[in-house]
Amino acid sequence: MNKEKISYKKPLLETPFHKRTSEHCYANDWYRWAGYKVAKEYSSTELEYTSMRNTAGVIDITPMHKYEIKGKDAKKFINKLITKNITNIQSNQVAYGIWCNEDGMVIDDGTIFCLNENHYRIFCAERNLNWFCDTATGFNVTIEDISSSIAALAFQGPLSCKILNLLKVENIENLKPFHFDNYKLENQNVTISRTGFSGDLGYEIWCDPSQAIDVWDSLFKFNRDYKVLAAGMNSLEMVRIEAGFIQPNADFMSAEQALRPNRMRNPYELGLGWLVNLDKEYFTGKQALIRHKEKGPEKKLVGLDVEGDKPAVGSVLYDNSKKNIAKEIGIVTAAMWSPVLKSNIAIGFVNKEYYKLGSNVYAEIYHPEELDYRKIWAECKVVKKQFFNNPRRNAIPAFI
Amino acid sequence: MNKSKYDVAIIGGGHNGLTTACYLAKAGLKVVVVEKHDYVGGAAVSRELHPGWTYSNCSYVCSLLRPEIFRDLELSKHGLQIIPYEGSASMLNDGRFYAHYQDHDLTYRSIAQFSKKDAEAYDRFGKDVMRQCKIIKPLLKMTPPDPTSFSPKDIMGLFEFAKYFAAKDELGGLGEKEIYDTIRFWTMSVRDYLEEYFESEIVKVHLAGSAIIGTALGPYSPGSAYVLLHHYMGEVDGTVGAWGYARGGMGSITKAMASSFKSKNGEIKSGSPVTKILIKNNKSYGLVLENGDEIYADKIVSNLDVKRTFLKVVEEKELPNDFYKAVKNFKIRGSSGKLNIALDDLPIWKSIPEGDPAGTGDLHITQNIEEMEGAYDDWKDGKWSQFPYVDMCIPSINDPTMAPQGKHYMSVFIQYVPYNLADGGWTEEKRLEFGKHVMGRIGNYSTNFNDIINHAEIRTPKELEAEVGLTEGNIFQGELTMDQLMFNRPVPGYAQYKTPIKNLYMCGSSTHPGGGVMGAPGANAAREILKDLNKKISTHYI
Repeated sequence: MNKEKISYKKPLLETPFHKRTSEHCYANDWYRWAGYKVAKEYSSTELEYTSMRNTAGVIDITPMHKYEIKGKDAKKFINKLITKNITNIQSNQVAYGIWCNEDGMVIDDGTIFCLNENHYRIFCAERNLNWFCDTATGFNVTIEDISSSIAALAFQGPLSCKILNLLKVENIENLKPFHFDNYKLENQNVTISRTGFSGDLGYEIWCDPSQAIDVWDSLFKFNRDYKVLAAGMNSLEMVRIEAGFIQPNADFMSAEQALRPNRMRNPYELGLGWLVNLDKEYFTGKQALIRHKEKGPEKKLVGLDVEGDKPAVGSVLYDNSKKNIAKEIGIVTAAMWSPVLKSNIAIGFVNKEYYKLGSNVYAEIYHPEELDYRKIWAECKVVKKQFFNNPRRNAIPAFI
Repeated sequence: MNKSKYDVAIIGGGHNGLTTACYLAKAGLKVVVVEKHDYVGGAAVSRELHPGWTYSNCSYVCSLLRPEIFRDLELSKHGLQIIPYEGSASMLNDGRFYAHYQDHDLTYRSIAQFSKKDAEAYDRFGKDVMRQCKIIKPLLKMTPPDPTSFSPKDIMGLFEFAKYFAAKDELGGLGEKEIYDTIRFWTMSVRDYLEEYFESEIVKVHLAGSAIIGTALGPYSPGSAYVLLHHYMGEVDGTVGAWGYARGGMGSITKAMASSFKSKNGEIKSGSPVTKILIKNNKSYGLVLENGDEIYADKIVSNLDVKRTFLKVVEEKELPNDFYKAVKNFKIRGSSGKLNIALDDLPIWKSIPEGDPAGTGDLHITQNIEEMEGAYDDWKDGKWSQFPYVDMCIPSINDPTMAPQGKHYMSVFIQYVPYNLADGGWTEEKRLEFGKHVMGRIGNYSTNFNDIINHAEIRTPKELEAEVGLTEGNIFQGELTMDQLMFNRPVPGYAQYKTPIKNLYMCGSSTHPGGGVMGAPGANAAREILKDLNKKISTHYI
């Protein structure tokens, strides 16, 4: 934990990269993430986004919550916690999983790094220390919040491997997706995983906070040849929507945080049924999930291909092309104009009758236009959430 | 002898009496409020008891006042403004302090110094309490239905009650699971409740304070968790659970109400203690004042607590036996004291730095739940607490109207102080000794406190009773325990603001939903009276 004395004058923590991020952040526009200051936009969201689809972008993801799970029951504990089976996980492998409460409602998702049979790390968006500790009862396992003891950068984009290769990170091109290993990056010992939130080729680099500045600087070393940009949270939001990744407390309320029980969502409603293994021994939420699966979701999170070019931010979804007789059947949780797809895309919940791919729904878009709102009634086609999926993302060896 | 005639006469110009008065006057009725003091306000007053200083000498902070009442009575237009709290803190014996701030991230870090788990659990706790507040909120405005009655109104009322539990959230209800939690919350001890969330003593004791304020219960007493909830269901500008200062002191609330009342042609007779309610054939028809004047009215409303109303101003012979007995047994125990201190300077705390927002809200010095329970044990033994729980604040830091420039006003609420001392009654000497004891305790946490005290008003339950008229000095006009809440408040069968005497109503905090400067009892009573008179008004509350 950060031992810095708390002062009301400085409510937010600075990450170990702050010296650099604040130099790059010409816009001086900060976002609060888990009590840290991270850049919302450095200079131009559009260019930062482009770097992740064209060369590579660097995102400070240090505020991500990190939990160390150790002990001879570590794997059993994780199997009780998450909905999928990780019995066969190997060292240096990463699993993506979700965890639910007893009612089968999703609390959070995260990546689980297997260091060895008895040692794991879980990285996730929300604070989960209490939930993990509650779950750990009866297991021979220790759980520690190590969030502030590891600095982390996401390095995402088609040239990310190439640049790491130029930095002489040995054999990085053969690191498989959802795997990690220890590497030397410009004399620094770091852990690199082939994971990320961009839906493109990309890595996450984990290091000791004392190495942070050197690691950051090294990623910009070949900037004259291949322009790397520091990318802010706004641009990260864009790439994650294109990739169809969902966010707790943005696309759905975490079951630990929702005040209203009917705002909680089960995995089937989120389109995450593939992460639930009902054949596995008892795990938290299993009984409820069996019922949820049987019943089928009442509503579901889907991708939407929206007519026109005005993003359907915060739109309510309707069932009819005629506004005067239309009934509400859903809501948009995230929406944007996708520069790479040249499409107007959105993620949203639609009721049972409409979640089949190809269904038509209608969004009422309030588009601000010179101090006035244009109300647009836009047809939307239900599509897969994963709007962007470039083959280079999973290619082995990765492009150098 | 003067005789005058009104539609409604209200005994007592506290915040509830004035709220009832405002709504009734709004409906076009001829209303008089009869107040024993030369000033109105009851326990929500601002008084200059030391030249240059204004004391909120009874209630001292505001959260529960229903926003609909604020709007209906146009209290802003009549001068009321609420200043939100910036933080709160508990000072530790080891020189550290535990704080809550408006900034959520800062609060997390502050709690995480003591326990990371607790810092996270604070959000869990907040969410669960908020759910319970959502259930309670609509109930505050309701006249409690009588579960023994088969009248359509009461059956519908019970259905409404149940609806908030069973219905989905759009109605404010929270689904079947919440019923379990609600019943637990309403009956548990606050210590047991907090134990389910937190591991750190200072976190628990800081939060437990809200559960014992004004209450003759300790943190281990079943039912104390509800009192915590009672203190969380208020709001400041939509932030549920938030507290603030009334600018100019708590008297600003009642001053604004009185001004609103007068603007609707209401009449206030101050300096007029009521000695008797006139009753004939089981019907009330008027009041007798101390000076012998009589006031006649079709409806009489008492803002006094239920004991004072029926044991002091109504003659016993007029009452049914069971009702009389229930009133006598109503629990309204004095357990609180108050110091109002004029300070020549700002206190320098050993732990909280000057300028830290944590120092501008409620401050505490109790170290753990055991110490708090020990304070309660002293009360049971008929002594003031050796290590009292104090809820102190310095409103003058945020409110420029309370003290001369550079000087400050400090309000210190003290739990527990008995109404009767075991070693003989209260004497002037003991009262001063009590005040000195509390100031000595506070002084331990400051480097200059003892040197900057310019004047102090020391109030035991005796003074609260004598001046405000609250029986035993109980600040809620009766304990907030399950046996005295909802359709049992103040006594079974009479929870609908009516009494066994026809045309006599109750509107004080002895009635549902209870104490705190909320105004809900007053507004609910007004609604019932208007119903009985077949009068309708259209307001935000009614």
